[in-house]
Amino acid sequence: MKLIINGMTKEIPDNNSNVTLLLNHLQIGQKKAVVERNGNILVKEQHDNEPVKDGDKFEIVHFVGGG
Amino acid sequence: MLNIGPYSFQSRLFLGTGKYASGEVQNQAVETSETEVLTFAVRRMNIFDDSQPDPFESMDLSGFKLLPNTAGAKTAEEAVRIAKMAQAANMCDMIKVEVIGCDKTLLPDPVETIKATELLLDEGFIVLPYTSDDVVLARHLQELGIHAIMPGASPIGTGLGIINPYNLAHIIEQAEVPVIVDAGIGSPKDASYAMELGADGVLLNTAVSGAGDPVKMAGAMKHAVEAGRLGFEAGRIEKKMYAQASSPVEGMSKL
Repeated sequence: MKLIINGMTKEIPDNNSNVTLLLNHLQIGQKKAVVERNGNILVKEQHDNEPVKDGDKFEIVHFVGGG
Repeated sequence: MLNIGPYSFQSRLFLGTGKYASGEVQNQAVETSETEVLTFAVRRMNIFDDSQPDPFESMDLSGFKLLPNTAGAKTAEEAVRIAKMAQAANMCDMIKVEVIGCDKTLLPDPVETIKATELLLDEGFIVLPYTSDDVVLARHLQELGIHAIMPGASPIGTGLGIINPYNLAHIIEQAEVPVIVDAGIGSPKDASYAMELGADGVLLNTAVSGAGDPVKMAGAMKHAVEAGRLGFEAGRIEKKMYAQASSPVEGMSKL
């Protein structure tokens, strides 16, 4: 399936059917990432049950240095 | 003791985490500063570019209160979105509202700052808006129910120090919430001056991260904030036009 992740179109295997699986596929499952799917901000507890579907738009953010 | 919302802090120095040469220098500077509050920005993760490592991977944040900012936002809507993303990380409920209205000066947009502050207070955040040194704006923000106010000493990253101590003193005098002087601090003198004016704390970043020796400067800032606070509490002498001898004028031995 095609996903738009942080503004980039990426081909992701269909078996990554929820957000937890998607983050693991992207090798950021262990990181403190915050995920927004199609404009909805998710807390970590929602990741297991949040579906990932073709055409979804994801923003994946984290804390960086700032003042 | 500095109280902001439900939190109490021994240290009155808040430290930004931007622009350090390395994670190691940052860790040492943070430790030396004895700060309890660290600020952060929220940005896209570099998922497809391993060359940009996560600067906090090596850092234990458990001992700190995190104060994410909404830097990058130009509208209230953008600021609220960033704040909610930060909150979803489940690491903090404080937010530094920063809505920039001018690319050249990075001065905050007062209208959008007020809007964002209202919305975030409604959402239950502990809200610390970054604002200019406008006395009336500070009062309006305070009336909304903010938990602390963060007037800039001078524009972000300039190191120009406190360019309008008159305004800052008035903001401090009328404040019913803690005043954290934010942005523009360049040297320990500036931090100390802010505290001597009666500020409750100082937030700085570039003054430490950009210093020749950031770790040493972190220590200098710690002492400056403490010295300024002690000086404020002690109460400085009045300024006088004419000299007054410190030594007794009576009892001089004569030739």
